[in-house]
Amino acid sequence: MSDIQAQIKETVESHDVVLFMKGSKLMPQCGFSSRVAGILGGLSVEYTDVNCLANDAIRQGIKDFSDWPTIPQLYVKGEFVGGCDIITEMTLSGELDQLFDKHGIGYDKSAAEQIRAQNG
Amino acid sequence: MTMYANEIEALLRAQFPNAEITVDGEDGMHMGATVVDESFRGMSRIQQQRAVYAALKGKMDGPDGELHALQLRTRAPE
Repeated sequence: MSDIQAQIKETVESHDVVLFMKGSKLMPQCGFSSRVAGILGGLSVEYTDVNCLANDAIRQGIKDFSDWPTIPQLYVKGEFVGGCDIITEMTLSGELDQLFDKHGIGYDKSAAEQIRAQNG
Repeated sequence: MTMYANEIEALLRAQFPNAEITVDGEDGMHMGATVVDESFRGMSRIQQQRAVYAALKGKMDGPDGELHALQLRTRAPE
């Protein structure tokens, strides 16, 4: 395993929630990254952001690591959960709530319900 | 080089001959595709979308990076 793959593995395994994104949580630099960061922020989820634009090795390495060609990529407890489309669908279906419940990850349940109500 | 709807559809049709496929988007960079195929039954969303990305053979933000973003909606037929 290359050192970049080892570095990514260490990152996703040592933080509960990790978002590999373009830009940072405070300054997303791509619509899709911004949407996932917005969902996590809206649900008050504590997470680690990794700016793939700041490091080309990570930008390519993360795609090899997950066998997934795009960024953003969300990881919960070391497991790849999905990109923007999947996270959006899971938020609306309630599956993201279940995933967080299963792993004991704190989030704002009423905010999640409000998002679903608005997108009814 | 941008990748237009008919190219995306052709690549998807080759991989999913019996699927219901709709591709939208005009600018060739931010496109969308819906693929409804029996082969997705029982697959997780990630597995379904990985199959679709595989059908696009490296056109997705790969070395030639035609497609910056492809919004995917995949499911098995109801």
